[in-house]
Amino acid sequence: MDPIIATFIEENIVPNFNYWIYVILMMIGLYAMITKNNLIKKLIGMAIFQTAIILFYVSVGVKDAANIPIISHHGSEHHQMTDLSSETDSTKEIHNTIDKDKYANPLPHVLMLTAIVVGVSTLGLALAISQKIYKSFGTLEEDEILNKLRPGGHD
Amino acid sequence: MKIFGLIAVLVVGALLLSATSDFPDWRDKDSPANESPVSSFYIEKTEKLTKVPNMVTAVLADYRSYDTMFETVVIFIAGIGIIAVLRNFDGPNSSSIKRENNDEGGGLLARFTCSLILPFIQIFALYVVAHGHHSPGGGFQGGVMLGASYILAALAFGLSKAKDIFSERRTMIFAAVGIFIYVGWGVLCLLFGKEFLNYEALDPILPGDAKMARSHSMLIVEIGVAFTVTAIMFSMYSNLSTRGRLSKGL
Amino acid sequence: MTEHFPVLILLVPLFGALIVVLLGRERPDQCWVTSLISLGVSSLISFFTVIAVLSGKVQTLRYRMGGWPESDGYEVGIELRVDILAALVVFAVTFVGFVNTIYSKTRAGAEVRGKVPFFYALIQLLIVGLCGIVMTNDAFNLYVLIEITSLTSYALIAMGNRRAALSSFNYVIMGTIGASFYLIGVGYLYIKTGTLNIDDIRMVLEQKNLWEHQSIIVAFIFIMLGVWTKMAFFPLHGWLPNAYAYAPSMTGTFMAPLMTKVMVYVMIRVMVWIFGNEFVYSSQPMWGEIVIWMSVLAIVAGSLLALARTDIKKILTYLIVAEVGYMVGGSWLADGVGQAGAFYHILSDAAMTFCLFIAASIIVLRVGDSRVNAFDGLFRKMPLTMIGFTVGALSMIGLPPTCGFFSKWYLISAGIEAGHWGYVCALIFSSLVNAVIFFRIFERAYFGKISGVKEDHFPSDSDANPDIRIKEVPWSMLVPLFIASGSVLLLGIMNRSLFEWIQAALKMMNT
Repeated sequence: MDPIIATFIEENIVPNFNYWIYVILMMIGLYAMITKNNLIKKLIGMAIFQTAIILFYVSVGVKDAANIPIISHHGSEHHQMTDLSSETDSTKEIHNTIDKDKYANPLPHVLMLTAIVVGVSTLGLALAISQKIYKSFGTLEEDEILNKLRPGGHD
Repeated sequence: MKIFGLIAVLVVGALLLSATSDFPDWRDKDSPANESPVSSFYIEKTEKLTKVPNMVTAVLADYRSYDTMFETVVIFIAGIGIIAVLRNFDGPNSSSIKRENNDEGGGLLARFTCSLILPFIQIFALYVVAHGHHSPGGGFQGGVMLGASYILAALAFGLSKAKDIFSERRTMIFAAVGIFIYVGWGVLCLLFGKEFLNYEALDPILPGDAKMARSHSMLIVEIGVAFTVTAIMFSMYSNLSTRGRLSKGL
Repeated sequence: MTEHFPVLILLVPLFGALIVVLLGRERPDQCWVTSLISLGVSSLISFFTVIAVLSGKVQTLRYRMGGWPESDGYEVGIELRVDILAALVVFAVTFVGFVNTIYSKTRAGAEVRGKVPFFYALIQLLIVGLCGIVMTNDAFNLYVLIEITSLTSYALIAMGNRRAALSSFNYVIMGTIGASFYLIGVGYLYIKTGTLNIDDIRMVLEQKNLWEHQSIIVAFIFIMLGVWTKMAFFPLHGWLPNAYAYAPSMTGTFMAPLMTKVMVYVMIRVMVWIFGNEFVYSSQPMWGEIVIWMSVLAIVAGSLLALARTDIKKILTYLIVAEVGYMVGGSWLADGVGQAGAFYHILSDAAMTFCLFIAASIIVLRVGDSRVNAFDGLFRKMPLTMIGFTVGALSMIGLPPTCGFFSKWYLISAGIEAGHWGYVCALIFSSLVNAVIFFRIFERAYFGKISGVKEDHFPSDSDANPDIRIKEVPWSMLVPLFIASGSVLLLGIMNRSLFEWIQAALKMMNT
């Protein structure tokens, strides 16, 4: 491989791999939303577009060697109990100091839960609207619908 | 048109990619987002302040509960929006008269299997709702599962049977009551003299101390969410799969 | 009690929406009463909020949801923030909602037969969303609320005829692109600053001096693109005219005055509160130049497209596109007067668009024809309606003492001060075009004859439809029209003090 391309990949793409993937996915979705003729294909593009943004946000919160943001005291408690059953105070100490590098950033996850819900709702409503369009026009192709509107429409 | 679309998309993509170069590296634990006081506060203080080990649930249902309230409202809007767009109430009470009997659902095998697994799905869904602040889960996830169990019943036994259990009126009541629980719980905090959704105000009426009150309140709020999500999921399915006629599914 | 006002403004219509859904389809009249009461209470509370903020006791109401205090100087919860600007816009939203509910008394039953509770639930939730947008101080919460307003408006528009469904679908696509661009912008801010609170984002940006970073610049561009899509700024305006013209009339009368204006408010808020004047105007001088020329294009194109239409509702919707150009251009004029003028125009445009849309809906209803020749001889047949229409139209043209004159005056003087003659010329040009459009209509209305021929044009529709009788409408439609035209005049009379409050609030933020 050309060394210039290789260094470009190494310096720009590899450390930001997720962000590149998200942008590419987003471009696919956006392209489908703008140019596709079929209304359902537009909606599929919309779903891809929104999923890409979810990928972006979740990537923000990733930390190296971190676990899901749930403090699992059951497991560690048992461990501590058997080892240092007498030192209850010290186990409490351990619980009170939580190493924040061990847990992924919870905020992006919460935000994306919201974004998923919004995405589902938008998609559901958009499907309902496209069903209404199909009921009244008999087709889901945008150009055919516009053709049907031309003779009688005021536009 | 296509070429303009392509150009627009490429410009957007190039702009976004140009910004990634000064992002902190992916998986970097010292990136501004990951080491900011907000994120550290959530990770370090959540268990001490709310007695909830699942930080995602705590952020969702307590620190940013105002957001989640509107998230539930979004689901609710989608549900009533679909009915408002699709249903046609003009005809002579079309939904109740046209109870057509070719709506039998799946075959014998499907019905038998479903009758076996449905209770387990529902119990697990309730577990997910109730255990959301200790393990992955919560109102949305559990509600979706519960809603899916009704959709499965509709697939196996026919939509009209499922509608007997969960009629349209009942889904609307369930959905509204779910939000009512959520918002009402917040208003209760208001009545006890603290801010909206400040669960510590409810210490007098809940067991445990003020921190436990937050934990309990999260459970109640999640139950409200689960109500709404369950009802709206089923309502979405039954309307979208029948083009708003609520008979002759799929 | 005052400190709880911001959240009460939201909660009352939210409960109203739930109650309306619980009441069900069998009781449409009670649905109307419920939403009238809830919106009346809500606008009353927001009126008291305006007074509380103005009285000087609390210049800015801050309300921490869940009572979470800040930690290390950062907000961990979501905060509401109501200053005089937000209070004024919230009052405008709730008040227009209240008046529009009066208007919808008879129309809801006729236009969304059998779906009355859903209509009232959606419109109340839309008001909750708009008020939330204006008051929230959290960038992500703003996204959620933008989506609430979008979803409700998709559904409300799609409740109309088949054209409405099609334009609603286009709105879904454009609206999702806009909201998602906003979300991407917020994500880019979050990845660099680690917080979502608007004040805190500003603080971190200043502390770490991130202004030169490419990702902050991209974040700004994407937030602007998203907001412009939602407000129908000229090249991105495609969804608006059809959506508002074909929606059920009482949906159009509510959304036309408010949706775009609230997004203009969001734009000013993002420019002033998150990024600050220095970044927006000084760091990239090219931007201001480009955006103002784009707004000039929007004003000219919107006016010309309106001139080319014969359908009254289409004319009004294209005029909205031109008005959005006014406000975007004004707020980018790089001085306090322009921003304040744009802000004053938010209020005055809301009032006059509301007035014109109600009048146009009444006329379309009574004449049964939405083309301009529907106005033939209407001054004699429907004098009261036409008086209301005239007040709105004069304000759109920009004649004193209507508020349209003063807002245009402030914008033009801001343009002269900034030395941007293209913008000034576009404003004057647009006034002239508006004068042509509306005097054409007045001429018809005053001198034109009502001929019986009109019924023959639409034999199938008009014979069956009992609404088509050319006479005055019931009070439930006239009262809202007069409230709207009265507020056009009132805003015009109060322009001096309003403008000073706005300028003071903006100055307080910029220092």
